Amino acid sequence: MADDTNQGIPEPDGPADLIDTDYEIGQDNVEGQIGPFGFDIHNPVFLISGVAIVAFVFYALALPEQAGEFFGWLRPALTSTFDWFFLISANIFVLFCLFLIVSPWGAVRLGGKDAVPDYTYVGWFAMLFAAGMGIGLMFFGVLEPVYHMAISEPLGVPSPIAEDGTIIAANVEAAKRMGLAATIYHWGLHPWAIYAIVALALALFTFNKGLPLTIRSAFYPIFGDRVWGWTGHIIDTLAVFATLFGLATSLGFGAQQANAGLEHVFGIPNSITVQVILISVITGVALISVLRGLDGGVKVLSEINMGIAALLLLFVLLAGPTMTILSDFVAGLGTYAADIVPLSNPFGREDTGYMQGWTAFYWAWWISWSPFVGMFIARVSRGRTVREFVICVLIIPSLVCVLWMAVFGGTAIDQVLSDPAGSAVKAEVIDSYNPPLSLFAMLEGLPLASITSVIGIVLVIVFFVTSSDSGSLVIDTITAGGKVDAPVPQRVFWCTFEGAVAIVLLIGGGLGALQAMVISTGLPFTLVLLLMCWAIFKGLTSEHR
Amino acid sequence: MFTQIMAPVDLAHAERLGRALGVTADLARHYGAPVCYVAVGAATPGKLAHTPQEFQQKLDAFAAEQAAKHGHSATAKALITPDPAVDMDDSLLKAVEQVGADLVVMASHVPGVADYLLPSHGGRMASHSGASVLIVRPD
Repeated sequence: MADDTNQGIPEPDGPADLIDTDYEIGQDNVEGQIGPFGFDIHNPVFLISGVAIVAFVFYALALPEQAGEFFGWLRPALTSTFDWFFLISANIFVLFCLFLIVSPWGAVRLGGKDAVPDYTYVGWFAMLFAAGMGIGLMFFGVLEPVYHMAISEPLGVPSPIAEDGTIIAANVEAAKRMGLAATIYHWGLHPWAIYAIVALALALFTFNKGLPLTIRSAFYPIFGDRVWGWTGHIIDTLAVFATLFGLATSLGFGAQQANAGLEHVFGIPNSITVQVILISVITGVALISVLRGLDGGVKVLSEINMGIAALLLLFVLLAGPTMTILSDFVAGLGTYAADIVPLSNPFGREDTGYMQGWTAFYWAWWISWSPFVGMFIARVSRGRTVREFVICVLIIPSLVCVLWMAVFGGTAIDQVLSDPAGSAVKAEVIDSYNPPLSLFAMLEGLPLASITSVIGIVLVIVFFVTSSDSGSLVIDTITAGGKVDAPVPQRVFWCTFEGAVAIVLLIGGGLGALQAMVISTGLPFTLVLLLMCWAIFKGLTSEHR
Repeated sequence: MFTQIMAPVDLAHAERLGRALGVTADLARHYGAPVCYVAVGAATPGKLAHTPQEFQQKLDAFAAEQAAKHGHSATAKALITPDPAVDMDDSLLKAVEQVGADLVVMASHVPGVADYLLPSHGGRMASHSGASVLIVRPD
C-alpha cells in the first residue's frame, strides 16, 4: 500500500482486494501547457509511441519498395510458419473463456461486489460490437461465405462450381453449409474469445485490483513492480503502435473501399482526392464524437449504427430468400458445431490455403486489434459479473455474426447458385476478386438496390467513425498512463494524428506495407494474451465471489 | 438568501482552490447555508483513488476538514462518470438539482484562446444552471 506521502491511498471499505503497490497512478506523467492547451502525458510512452509512429511512416514513404517487400514477406511468412501457434492459442482462449463461464469465478463482479453496470445491455453491446467488428461484417459478410463455398474448399469440401462455370449439383449442399461454417469459424467464438481475454484481464486489474487502465496492468502478477518500468513501457508502446497503425491503415483502405462503392453506385470518380475527403469527413465526425465523450458521442453513434445495421439485416432477410436464409442459419450453425474441432486443428491439414491464408491471418489480425478493442470493452464493462461478461462478449456477438453471415452470405450464395451467369456476386467475388464491391453486388440482386446501397455506404463510413473514436480514446488513455481524465485536446490530437497518418500513407503509398506490419504484431501479442490468461487466473483466485 | 451552496472541487489540484474555498466558507457563514462539496471522478483508478468508494471517502475527508477549519456545515458528493474529461459539465449540472443548491461557488482559470474551442466549466454552469453561480478567479 502506498505510504502517506504520496497522496495516501487507503483501502476502501467493504470487500476489496486491491493490489499492494507503491506505484501512484500518474506518477510518471508530465503535466504542462502548450500555448492555450493543457496536457497530461505518460513519460516516456507518449513520446516513444509518437516518434516510432512518425519514424515508421517515414520509412514506408522513403523506402516504399523495401518496406513493401519486407512486410509483404513477413506477414505471410509468420502466418504460414506459426499457423499452428495461432490456431492452438486461439483454441486455448475459447476453452479458457468457456471454463470461466462454468467456474465459480464466474460470480466475481468487475468493479467489486456492489458495483452496478455503467451501461445498459443495449448501449454496452452496441459499443463493443461497433468498435470491434462492425466494419469487417460490411466487407466480408458477402465475400467470405461465397469465397469459401466456391474457392477455398475448407476441409477439402469440393466446390459446387466447375471451371466452366456450371453448377455441380452433387456438391451444392455440402459446399453451402461449409461456406457458412468456415466463415462463422472466423467471426464466431474464436475472435470474441481473443477480445474477451484482453478485456477481462484489463477490467479485472483495473476495477478490482486498483491498477491503472493500461495494458501493462494485466502483467502485474507476472512482472510485479517491474511493469511500471521499461517492461511496461514496451508493452504499452507496442499496444499504441499496433492500435494507431491498425486504425490508420484500415482507415486508408476503408476510404479506398468506400470510394469504390461510391463509384459503383453513383459514378463518383475513384481518386485520391475523393479518398482524402472521405478520411477527413470520417476523422471530422470521429473528432466530434470524442469531444462529446463516451456517453454523448461514442455510445450514441454506436447505437445509431447498430440500429441502421439491424434494419439492413432485416431488409435483406425479408427481401432475400427468407426460408433459405433461415435454413442456412440452422445448417451453417450445425456444420460449425460439427466441424469446429477439425477446423481448429492445425495439424495434418491439406487445406493450407484456407488454414494459413484465412484462419491464421484472421487470428493474427484479431489479436493485433485486441489491445484496442479489449481495452475499450474493459472500460465500458464495469459492474458486470465475469460470467455475464464472458457470455455477453463471447456468445451473443458470435450469434449475431452467425445471423449476419447467414443473411448476407446465404443470400449471396443463393444468388450465385440460382443464376450463375447473371450473378453480380459471382462476377465480383469468384470471377474477379473485388472485396469492396461484394456487398453492393449482392444488394443489386434485391429490390430497392439504390436505397440499400446508400445505406451500405453510410454504414461503412459510420462503422469507421465508431472504430476511430473509440480507438482514439484508448490510445489517449494508454499514453496518459491510464488516466481517463487527461485534457481533452490530447484525444483530439490522437484522433487527428490517426487521420493524418492515413492520408499521408494514402498519398505516399505504404498502406499495405504498414498494415502487414500491424498484423505481424499479432505474433508477439499472442504470447501476451497467453500470459494474460494466467494473469486472469491468478487475479480471480483472490477475488470475493 | 441562499439555503444550500454547492462547491465543485478538483482534489487533484486542491492547492489552486484556496481563494474559492475561502469565498465559499465566507458565504456559508454569512447565509448560514450548508455547503456540499462535489467532485467529478472516473470509475477507473486514478491519481486520487483506486475505486469510486475511495474517491467518496477522500471527498468526505476534505469536506470534514473544510467544515472544521471554517466552521460551517458540510457534506460531500462524489460524481462518478465513465468519461470525466468530457462529462464534467453535465455531471455538475445534474448535481445542482440533486443537491438542491441555489448557489454554486467554483474556481475558474484565467480565460484564454482555448475557451473559444473548449468552453470553461464555470461558463457552462453559469449558462445552463438554474442556481446562481459565482466564479472565483485564482489569486
